[in-house]
Amino acid sequence: MNIIVCIKQVPDTAEIRINPETNTLMREGVPSIINPFDLHAIEAGIRIREQLGGKVTVLTMGPPQAETSLREAVAMGADEAALLSDKAFAGSDTWATSYTLAQAIKKLGSDIVFCGKQAIDGDTAQVGPETAEFLDIPHISYVKKIEEVTDNTIRVQRLMDEGYDIVESSLPVLLTVVRELNQPRMPSLKGKMAAKKAEIKKMGITDIEADENSLGLKGSPTQVRKIFAPEIKAERKMIEGTPEEQVDNLIKELREIKCL
Amino acid sequence: MPVIVKPDKCTGCETCLDSCPFDAIEFKDGKAYINEYCNACMTCLPVCPEGAIIETEPGTRNMEHRQEIADYKDVLIFAEQREGKVASVSYELLGIGKKLSNELDTQLIAALLGAGEPEARELIKWGADKVLLCSDSGLERFNDDAYSGVLAQVINEYKPSIVLAGATPIGRSFIPRVAAKLRTGLTADCTSLEIDKETKNLLQIRPAFGGNIMATIVCPDYRPQMATVRPRVMKRGEYDENRRGEIVHVKVENPVSRTKVLEFVKEVSGISVNLHEADIIVAGGRGIGGEKGYKMLEEFAEALGGSVGASRAAVDEGWIPYSHQVGQTGKTVNPKVYIACGISGAVQHLVGMQSSDIIIAINKNPEAPIFNVATFGLVGDLFEIIPLLTKKIREAKGL
Ligand SMILES: Cc1cc2nc3c(=O)[nH]c(=O)nc-3n(C[C@H](O)[C@H](O)[C@H](O)COP(=O)(O)OP(=O)(O)OC[C@H]3O[C@@H](n4cnc5c(N)ncnc54)[C@H](O)[C@@H]3O)c2cc1C
Ligand SMILES: Cc1cc2nc3c(=O)[nH]c(=O)nc-3n(C[C@H](O)[C@H](O)[C@H](O)COP(=O)(O)OP(=O)(O)OC[C@H]3O[C@@H](n4cnc5c(N)ncnc54)[C@H](O)[C@@H]3O)c2cc1C
Ligand code: SF4
Ligand code: SF4
Repeated sequence: MNIIVCIKQVPDTAEIRINPETNTLMREGVPSIINPFDLHAIEAGIRIREQLGGKVTVLTMGPPQAETSLREAVAMGADEAALLSDKAFAGSDTWATSYTLAQAIKKLGSDIVFCGKQAIDGDTAQVGPETAEFLDIPHISYVKKIEEVTDNTIRVQRLMDEGYDIVESSLPVLLTVVRELNQPRMPSLKGKMAAKKAEIKKMGITDIEADENSLGLKGSPTQVRKIFAPEIKAERKMIEGTPEEQVDNLIKELREIKCL
Repeated sequence: MPVIVKPDKCTGCETCLDSCPFDAIEFKDGKAYINEYCNACMTCLPVCPEGAIIETEPGTRNMEHRQEIADYKDVLIFAEQREGKVASVSYELLGIGKKLSNELDTQLIAALLGAGEPEARELIKWGADKVLLCSDSGLERFNDDAYSGVLAQVINEYKPSIVLAGATPIGRSFIPRVAAKLRTGLTADCTSLEIDKETKNLLQIRPAFGGNIMATIVCPDYRPQMATVRPRVMKRGEYDENRRGEIVHVKVENPVSRTKVLEFVKEVSGISVNLHEADIIVAGGRGIGGEKGYKMLEEFAEALGGSVGASRAAVDEGWIPYSHQVGQTGKTVNPKVYIACGISGAVQHLVGMQSSDIIIAINKNPEAPIFNVATFGLVGDLFEIIPLLTKKIREAKGL
């Protein structure tokens, strides 16, 4: 079983703020991490390999320093790692990112491709399904449980608004995963050693036989035109007194806003 | 590079350094320099006090793929249905779609897959000029392959300039496939849409970086301009019982799919987990103390007619299932009223709920950060406040 896990290195957005005066990001000292959803994707890939054999390859597109995230994934138990890095890839929107990832995945070969549901910086949740389309394979989003995998089929639970679907697919397939799927393992000592020595496969524009006009800023149909701080609304009103008084006053407010 | 720093003007003040959302500004020999990661977003231009950052060649984008933009005219919305009933987000899309189509002086078209004529007529009363109806039984249930194939087909035939869909689990799953097929841009989870007065392009505004920033996205050189729209943000249009419109039956060749839904399992919990559509959400955190606290919360939600949400801490403790989790690694919600009970207000939680109209926080710690985003704050013990509140709400409603 050839399993590819797409991971993205992201800034820990919890620590990012925007300067309200200049409308600019304040990112000093913000650490880079593996996108949290992608940790669950790595774990899922490793578990399938443990069950059925094969290998897990982690793949990322990003600047050279994204290599550290790949090594962290190897420390968790991934077998191989590939870094898609080229000046020509810079500035990609989700369309160009997905196109580029798909070209690399075609080269690497895969039965199951895993993605996180969403990256916590771009927040679009589009790269998984778009990549599947470029690969011309089916995809299943929001996978919360993998019920059964065989050499040519998979059955999973897909989280929906009011419950979940049980969905079956042939392989190859692309899955995007949510946090409920599993508990990602911590790197083992052996894994950390392996990570230090691991050879990172570097892939650039010539290695993936890509159409230049579909890459990077030039190949991206969307453009970010402006970035600004979200509005901060309504000042708060504290409702004080005994619990009895608090409750009565809150009910008054609820009536006012027609919630009651 | 479309954006450069003029070295003779740059004083090396570093003001611009942090302004770039893409980390594209570097320093070399005491002067700013823009590297290949620049997305030409223009954020840094006004930041420079010297006016040293300039746009060199406006529109040096890829023009070869530029289609006959003028051929693309109308506004098309994807009308989501579940179990044959049009979902409420579809009416919101008709509301914003009407506004945009009026501004552009074009038609508003709705595509409805897997439902019947009565539902199509409803869409007309809510503002659609034309409904493309595909009643094929293979489309009654949501399916990524089949839905993306049919929608791409009708877009190719009707050539709308703008395509909108709900940013629901369904829309966010299959619309990206459609955009990939059509070689066009897609903007995720928009909270505001406007027409640029000059260019007539669609300005798509959305939160990113976990809600910490807002971004305006455009798709000037490709058509259609596609966006998913966050549910419950846009206002419905006007309902007119007498509005006339056209229903066009769309034929498809046996929609094929490589995935198959074997079964749909509704969440067993007594209270709806459909947090995306709830008007009122009562959410519990670690402060609810256990499953018993959750029961108390359920009763409270039931009295109010709301749904139950949860912080990650409450989910991790196993008191509430994951499908209720709100926040960065859970759901993003924006109800009219969000009541946070025993939730401290960590950023990862706030990003999932801070766009709610009204936030009520109940917490025993007056310093809890949740109070910073609260419209109404109650400092106190939730085990005292909530049962009392439930009782009085029931009385008020005559239950
Ligand atoms: C403020 C802002 C707003 C943006 N808005 C849009 C927009 O509306 N539409 C648009 O098309 N682009 C947009 N972009 C560009 C977009 O963020 C980038 O294309 C990004 O590379 C991928 O999108 P994402 O972060 O949303 O990933 P998602 O689609 O949310 O990521 C889902 C999964 O895909 C995989 N994945 C994503 N990126 C990579 C990668 N580089 N390498 C390996 N695996 C990966 C991971 O498994 C990840 O969990 C925006 C960028 C910014 C800064
Ligand atoms: C990558 C990442 C992703 C995350 N994603 C999410 C996410 O999606 N959603 C999410 O919620 N969190 C998320 N978290 C976790 C988040 O950082 C917080 O740990 C979590 O939200 C805390 O939950 P809490 O407020 O319920 O618990 P706590 O922080 O422990 O707060 C409990 C609160 O209850 C109050 N309290 C206790 N007893 C009472 C009482 N009797 N009456 C009244 N008040 C009482 C306390 O004063 C306290 O404020 C994420 C974290 C990481 C690192
Ligand atoms: S803000 Fe302007 S002057 Fe200052 S370093 Fe940047 S480019 Fe140079
Ligand atoms: S134009 Fe935007 S992406 Fe380019 S350097 Fe300036 S801020 Fe960064």
